[in-house]
Amino acid sequence: MSEEQIRNLEKQFEERIARDEKIEPKDWMPEKYRQTHIRQMSQHAHSEVVGMLPEGNWITRAPSLRRKVALLAKVQDEAGHGLYLYSATETLGITREEMYEQLHTGKAKYSSIFNYPTVTWADMGAIGWLVDGAAIINQVPLCSTSFGPYARAMVRVCKEESFHQRQGYEIMIKLANGTPEQKEMAQDALNRWWWPSLMMLGPTDAESVHTEQSMKWKLKRKSNDELRQQFIDQTVPQADLIGLTIPDADLKWNEERGSYDFGEIDWDEFWQVVKGHGPMNKERMKARVGAWERGEWVRDAAMAHAEKKAERKEKEAV
Amino acid sequence: MSTKQWPLWEVFVRSKNGLEHRHFGSLHAADADMALENARDVYTRRNEGVSIWVVESKNITASNPEHNGEMFEPAKDKVYRHPTFYELPDEVKYM
Repeated sequence: MSEEQIRNLEKQFEERIARDEKIEPKDWMPEKYRQTHIRQMSQHAHSEVVGMLPEGNWITRAPSLRRKVALLAKVQDEAGHGLYLYSATETLGITREEMYEQLHTGKAKYSSIFNYPTVTWADMGAIGWLVDGAAIINQVPLCSTSFGPYARAMVRVCKEESFHQRQGYEIMIKLANGTPEQKEMAQDALNRWWWPSLMMLGPTDAESVHTEQSMKWKLKRKSNDELRQQFIDQTVPQADLIGLTIPDADLKWNEERGSYDFGEIDWDEFWQVVKGHGPMNKERMKARVGAWERGEWVRDAAMAHAEKKAERKEKEAV
Repeated sequence: MSTKQWPLWEVFVRSKNGLEHRHFGSLHAADADMALENARDVYTRRNEGVSIWVVESKNITASNPEHNGEMFEPAKDKVYRHPTFYELPDEVKYM
């Protein structure tokens, strides 16, 4: 194809997206569109999968059967979300194995929030309430993104995600209304998860490199800073309601803006964690790679069994 | 790494009797039985279905969107296939 033909196709492509048409896997698309989607969607899938680890840590120690079935169902949903997203990404021509390889070698990133430890039961509450809360704010706009398989996967994910946040908030309510020690545990969890949750919504607009292109392709509908403000405005009253304190001395209602002003975010910490120096980066990868390697014989055995069965069926048919 | 990867399957779910099976997504499984079980766990955790079909993705033949012109254009100029093509006297209210 000549350069002019490509430019022409690109123009038509951008116009289709501007008209709110969906792009499907076999449609022509610019290489950059394909690569950007593979990167973002696979990282999204990796985040769901790695996201199971901090919570999986507490399933056996959940304080009641009610809490245990809920947490188990939530972690199972995360596995499901990872699978929807991996399948959707595969439609762009990358294999599942290549994606795993990228995760396991550190070439692909996942959400930095999962590199923090879950040290008490209250962390299950804080994760559901704050981390899933921030994730929902990030994900809802993706339900109308331009790439069909991604949008469809996100509709399913968003439908399932709201129970996650509620179960987390309910844990926090119970603890905040419990003994002084329980309330302290809830406050401690909020103290540790608040700032990482704000960072989770991504670097400030001034630092964000992909924003403009992503807006055009509807991979993003609002900037990171807008999403962060939305998250803060919606979460602060929820903390007030249950008598917990947001760990930010500069947090203040701004009448004029109709929003909360908030303190400086420690972006050095964010970049340290993204670069692999968070408290749990090594641990998470060790657990993930270990699970993959220890499962290899199971995958091979299932394949060998399937082939044997198919052979037997063929022989019987003769 | 294993030598053989589990093949890809497409999953179709009938959400309730009276409705058609609809494409829900895809997954990897060693064989058809495992694909059905995985489809149940991945796509119907909240009563989304009463019946599941799985078909190995390689068995699907798809049309090429680049040929959509030749493929679908011929139907466009056959307006006489639609009821609005035919002229009726105003007196005929329902037809």
